[in-house]
Amino acid sequence: MKARVYVMLKSGVLDPQGAAVQHALGSLGFDGVNDVRQGKVIELDLADGTDEATIGDMCEKLLANTVIESYRIEVL
Amino acid sequence: MKSAVIVFPGSNCDRDMAVALRAAGADVTMVWHKDADLPQGVDLVAVPGGFSFGDYLRCGAIAAQSPISKAIVSHVEKGGYALGVCNGFQVLTETGLLPGALMRNAGLKFVCRAQTLRIAAQSSAFTDKYRNSASIVLPIAHHDGNYTADADTVAKLRAEDRIAFTYENNPNGSQADIAGVLSENRRVLGMMPHPERAIDAGHGGTDGQPLFAGLVGQLTAA
Repeated sequence: MKARVYVMLKSGVLDPQGAAVQHALGSLGFDGVNDVRQGKVIELDLADGTDEATIGDMCEKLLANTVIESYRIEVL
Repeated sequence: MKSAVIVFPGSNCDRDMAVALRAAGADVTMVWHKDADLPQGVDLVAVPGGFSFGDYLRCGAIAAQSPISKAIVSHVEKGGYALGVCNGFQVLTETGLLPGALMRNAGLKFVCRAQTLRIAAQSSAFTDKYRNSASIVLPIAHHDGNYTADADTVAKLRAEDRIAFTYENNPNGSQADIAGVLSENRRVLGMMPHPERAIDAGHGGTDGQPLFAGLVGQLTAA
C-alpha cells in the first residue's frame, strides 16, 4: 500500500520561502497571488495493512516537527 | 570535568569544539552517533555544528533519531549538562530537550559573519563569566537559525530568564532576537552563534572563551 504525507507550516508561522515564491510570481507578472505556502510531500510505500495510526506515529516522531508544522495523511 | 563531543555524519565543528573544551581544561572524548551510550561519568555533552545527515528532512531531524540521541536525552533527564551549537542547537530542539524550532533564515540567505550578542540571562553555568559584559561578538554561520516558538513559549522563556543570548541587529528573523535558550533546569544551552570559533585571538576573537571557562569551572567545582 502507499500513503502520502503532506507537511505544511502551521498557519500563523511565517513562511519566508513561500513569501519569496509569491514575490517571484509577482515579478513574473502573475497578479493576484495573495499568499504562497510551501510544504513537503512525502510518499511512503508501506506493508499492506499498515494502519493510519502508525503513519500518524511516523509523522509525530520524525516526518513533521509539530512545533511548527502540521501534517495530513492520505492513504492511496 | 569530563565532556563528550558527539560526531554525526556531516558534523564539521566537532574538532573545534574539542579544542575549545580542552583549552578550558576539560577532558574530551569524541563519541560517534551510532554509540548507544555515553562514556561513564560524563558531565557535559557537546553537540557540535555542521550539517548532520546533510540537513535532510529538517536540520537536525535525523540526528535526533540517532542511537546516541537517546543517551543524550537520558543524560539530561538525570541532570547532566549539554551544549548545542548551531546544528547542535537544531538537534536539541528536535529531540525536544529545548523548546521551539529553527526555521530557514527570514532573508533566505546563508549568513556568515561576526555577530554582536547581548548577554540576556542573568545566571547560568554557561553565561556566568559574562556577568560583567553587556555584549560580546561571536561568529555566526547558518542558513536555518530563525528561532521560532509560539507566543506562550517565548513569554515563558522571558519570564523564567531562559533567553541566554539575543542578537543585536537580528540577522535571521528570530523571534524576540533570540540567539540562544536555556532549558528549564538551566543545564542545557542551545545557541546558533559559535563560541568554539572564538577562543583564539589569532582567529579573530576570544569572546567564546568565558563560556567554556565558566562551564569547566562550575562543573569541576561541583
